[in-house]
Amino acid sequence: MSKRLTCNVVVVGAGMVGAACALYAGRAGLDVILVDRGPVAGGTTGAGEGNLLVSDKEPGPELDLALLSGRLWGELAQEFGEAVEYESKGGVVVASSPDGLAALERFAQGQRAAGVVAEPVAGDGLYDLEPHLAPGLPGAVHYPQDAQVMPALAAAHLLRASGARLLTGHTVTDVLRAPDGAVRGVRTDKGDIHAPAVINAAGTWGGELAALAGVRLPVLPRRGFVLVTEPLPRRVRHKVYAADYVADVASDSAALQTSPVVEGTAAGPILIGASRERVGFDRTFSLPVVRALAAGATRLFPFLERVRAMRSYLGFRPYLPDHLPAVGTDPRVPGLYHACGHEGAGIGLATGTAHLIAQTLTAKTPDLDLTPFRPDRFAAEAM
Amino acid sequence: MRTPLELADAQPGPAFTVTLDDREIEVLPGRTVAAALWAAGVTSWRSTRGQGRPRGVFCGIGICFDCLVTVNDRPNQRACLVPLRPGDAIRTQEGTGHDD
Amino acid sequence: MTDPNRSGAVPHLVVIGAGPAGLAASVAAAACGVRVTLVDSAGEAGGQFYRRPAPGLRARRPQALHHQWRTWERLKDGLDRYVRAGCVRHLTEHHVWCVERRGEPDRGFTVHALLGPEQEGAAEVRADAVLLATGGYEKVLPFPGWTLPGVVSAGGAQAMLKGALVVSGRTAVVAGTGPLLLPVATGLAAAGVEIAALVESADPKAFVRQSRALAAQPGKVAEGAGYAARLLRHRARLLARHTIVEAHGTERLEAVTVAALDASGRVRPGSERRVPCDTLAVGHGMLPHTDLADTLGCRLDGPAVHVDDEQRTDVPGVWAAGETTGIGGSALSLAEGHIAGCSAAARLRGTEPDPGAWAAAARVRARLRAFSAALDSVYAPPVHWTEQVTDDTVVCRCEEVTGGAIREAVAELGAGDPRTVKLLTRAGMGWCQGRMCGPAVAGLAGCELAPSRRPFARPVPLGILARAGEMDHQ
Repeated sequence: MSKRLTCNVVVVGAGMVGAACALYAGRAGLDVILVDRGPVAGGTTGAGEGNLLVSDKEPGPELDLALLSGRLWGELAQEFGEAVEYESKGGVVVASSPDGLAALERFAQGQRAAGVVAEPVAGDGLYDLEPHLAPGLPGAVHYPQDAQVMPALAAAHLLRASGARLLTGHTVTDVLRAPDGAVRGVRTDKGDIHAPAVINAAGTWGGELAALAGVRLPVLPRRGFVLVTEPLPRRVRHKVYAADYVADVASDSAALQTSPVVEGTAAGPILIGASRERVGFDRTFSLPVVRALAAGATRLFPFLERVRAMRSYLGFRPYLPDHLPAVGTDPRVPGLYHACGHEGAGIGLATGTAHLIAQTLTAKTPDLDLTPFRPDRFAAEAM
Repeated sequence: MRTPLELADAQPGPAFTVTLDDREIEVLPGRTVAAALWAAGVTSWRSTRGQGRPRGVFCGIGICFDCLVTVNDRPNQRACLVPLRPGDAIRTQEGTGHDD
Repeated sequence: MTDPNRSGAVPHLVVIGAGPAGLAASVAAAACGVRVTLVDSAGEAGGQFYRRPAPGLRARRPQALHHQWRTWERLKDGLDRYVRAGCVRHLTEHHVWCVERRGEPDRGFTVHALLGPEQEGAAEVRADAVLLATGGYEKVLPFPGWTLPGVVSAGGAQAMLKGALVVSGRTAVVAGTGPLLLPVATGLAAAGVEIAALVESADPKAFVRQSRALAAQPGKVAEGAGYAARLLRHRARLLARHTIVEAHGTERLEAVTVAALDASGRVRPGSERRVPCDTLAVGHGMLPHTDLADTLGCRLDGPAVHVDDEQRTDVPGVWAAGETTGIGGSALSLAEGHIAGCSAAARLRGTEPDPGAWAAAARVRARLRAFSAALDSVYAPPVHWTEQVTDDTVVCRCEEVTGGAIREAVAELGAGDPRTVKLLTRAGMGWCQGRMCGPAVAGLAGCELAPSRRPFARPVPLGILARAGEMDHQ
């Protein structure tokens, strides 16, 4: 069956970023169609923990985007809070040695200058914040702005509220372009959709969508595992992670990195991350990786030794070589916008990204300078 | 009327005593928590985390985890798998099974 | 697989599961001269089919709850002989949570298990090859009231009876569909339970349509007829083309509503009747356990592990036999286990197996696979079973997710498959990891049942997971 649809904006990708783009574009008065070859939240969104973090970001454009996004999430929480399991729980970054603590405090100082609330926590105070942490830890930094949502629910509810027409099970096979090169819609396996603007929110597959439009965007997958425990009463109150995590997030290494990230959820289970490795789209279960996650988590929280892991899942975080997302219009293809490559921070950065895209679509001056996120910034590199 | 024990001509050794919360129950050697509770006329020993509804044996072979129970202070044991020993303390379980 | 030509070492096969398939495989492989470790979660060999009363109950007539007892005795004798000779090691109460394929340089497999009923200790067994005989479990589709205490799976009622010589009440209804219902009802009746009704949704006319395939197995048909005759002697009511509409009770089961099905598989209005009972044993067929195979990367065909004529999976060094490769009953499991054991042993010893050596088992396998395919087309839940799932019916028993929540996720939130339904509703995220609600969620979402990935075949304490792979191996 072939049908032709028309709208103002086609969003490709029904994950968190696509859903947020649909919401913000819709609220800016645009008529939006959202397409995805799978269901809502079927990709990276469905395989993440739902981090809305400022704590792991060093001063710079990504932190600015995270702070903007955090404010916008706070607004959305008024509207969707419970349905998306929004919790402004705060993060606690734990140092494992006095040297580590000194480095962490230096890092936090820089963040404070950029607008982050980062409160030093001495050894004693740490156990008031997290009574079940391993004894003898030197200290931590508390980040009250860190929050969490349940990512699949967030994507689904934002999408429903957006009023966008949702076409799941539609695979985009081409980006339609006018003779002058400008975008005029997308072709799907179930028909064409005509629109003067196409937003690439295809996450890990963002590079492939860009290629359909004839441009290069080097999005690569970075595999991450998450462990999920049996349901428990609330014993881990914040998002708690070891200070090493920040170094891992910023790392360029292809090798496996794991640093414990532990948090409770509204539903009861504790989530344990975070591993990062560059192995392409390999979906093979890796016992050594989840074993390292379990070892890290039980070191931070010894009570977890006897708590049972019920499942583990993996996802592919889409990243670009400089670890910044691609956000904004693509100067190479008029009408093509990118909103992808957020790596492990896509849930958190979705709101700011979508807000900036909506401002661009409606010819407003974006709240942040989009230069660092320019999608054509890799063009000079060899293919 | 024939009983299952008669059907298989079972000649178990003497029963022993365990506790279910505050009451004592007689148990035949070899029986699991679930079997002992069924034999004592008890069909539910857990209430669910969401609605607080009663649950007991469902699959009977350790797959469904509906029969979770606390045995000797270990929460979330599958009653259909765990055999009883004299003096064991079975506690009905609420919610996650973890107090606090 | 370890280099079979490596000098000195007798190759080591680990068989997982000591039911009919695993026992037949272990005996066959040991007879061919490989070292076998049989790893099983139960305290005694036999699996679900040959589950026997716990030794402490000292049953003198365990065969009263079984048929094909002589087959069991032969299997058990074979196992005992090889265990005594030191060719087979039988590890009981080992609950395997993961089989790990080790990388270079040593290759091979590590079988990770939890010990005892508490499952708080750990064991690891290294193997040159593994043979998965992990069996199956029962599928039960939801209906209002199915979470009430007193409602048990048909196989669960049977397991409690066979293993512990205990029943949950005095008056039972046995319901659902499939060849398990008759033996369950007959067993309960023999144990003194009044069978108020046996409710089977299949249409007797369907048996006639499949008469040729079914008649090819006269023994099996006679077995069914025998059960039916015994049940009728207990004055049980047989209601074919009927279904359970609802289970009633507040704190436990008090009655069920049974209704007739019309030609299209819908409940015939006005046909409902209430049957008082304190036990409902209900089941809608079986599903294979495929978690270990899936995590190893073995190809699945629908819900079952794919195997070739030698019972090899597509992962080198991994064989599978019995219900895990498709539901077909104990006789088929025995044949598949025998073939798998012979094939694995030959290949571990570096020789090409001779299919002629298992020709008889291969003929049995072909016949019984055809028979079970015919049974599959006869025994089916009502076509429109989802209509019985009201919006407030709990579908996911663990997380208490209702039919209404699942329908909302599909219709309004964009869920399109069981995985996204799970993400949006928590259906399948609880203790059983969707084993119970999987078929129902797929049905309500309008999809085929696809096995969800479960890297941990059982919940595993994080402390054990953190040290996995560090144990000393014998």
